[in-house]
Amino acid sequence: MQEGNFMDLVYRMHREMVDNRILLVYEGEVNQDITKAFTTMTQRNLEEDVETSLPIKKRVYHVMVECLQNIGKHSDNLHSGEPEVPGSGIFLVSRSDAGFHVVTGNPIANTRKAEVAEMLDKVNGMNEEEIKAYYKQKIVESRISEKGGAGLGFIDIVKKTGNKIEYHFERINDATSFFIMKTLIS
Amino acid sequence: MEVLKIEATDETPAVLLDPVNNVLEFSGKSLPEDVTTFYSPILEWLGAYSAEPRAKTTAHFKLVYFNTASSKLILDILFELEKIQESGTEILIKWYYEEEDEDMKEAGEEYSELIEVPFELAVLD
Repeated sequence: MQEGNFMDLVYRMHREMVDNRILLVYEGEVNQDITKAFTTMTQRNLEEDVETSLPIKKRVYHVMVECLQNIGKHSDNLHSGEPEVPGSGIFLVSRSDAGFHVVTGNPIANTRKAEVAEMLDKVNGMNEEEIKAYYKQKIVESRISEKGGAGLGFIDIVKKTGNKIEYHFERINDATSFFIMKTLIS
Repeated sequence: MEVLKIEATDETPAVLLDPVNNVLEFSGKSLPEDVTTFYSPILEWLGAYSAEPRAKTTAHFKLVYFNTASSKLILDILFELEKIQESGTEILIKWYYEEEDEDMKEAGEEYSELIEVPFELAVLD
């Protein structure tokens, strides 16, 4: 990229971030250190925010950890679609009048798309009572997987935020798609 | 039985399992990358303790945050504690939450519905 274009890109990124009230954006490998650094940083920033209630602050923290650990544990290689640990992706936290948004994007194998969509559609289709009952059923039934997850992340996000998880798959190639999910904490 | 003491880190809780002074306590936050490795020694300790518990056991949970993988292991701990009363001795779970933290309070209520053990909720100082 030409030097002038790059300078311009940096300025445009700055403008985009300010205009869209983006608090944090990261693209790259998501390991445990990154997870801890981002959540600790956000927690400190939110501590100074007197207008946001404690439950909202804790939910933002909670959703951030689940989303970051999802990228770290469940991403696939961008080109081959083979599992890749720690995974890489984009991670973004922003604010709007509606609340806080936590958005992630990471490559997953096309063969896993249906399974992920099914899990999300299922929890998105539940009301408050149903999601609570489903959580209680799943926490008893679940076993910690080889990847170290309990399979409760999506359920817990919907249960805690009371909002549906928006998601989208963008095709990359025959093997992979870019999986984007967006959570609102309000 | 020996005392099991684990210092808190920025991703794991402080754990004190001290049968001599009758203190079982978990405090802080829990989001380790590998929950199984962290919680295995704790579950083994509780398994041995529940086989020969003191006459009265109180377990204190003063957690401020835990991720979903940890939530499963906390349930496993509660199941181990539930076994204590099978040997005919008393057990009480005390679950603490920050006053405004309705989610942590709700988590305690949900756990209390999953086990059949005397369960008290209390506001964390």
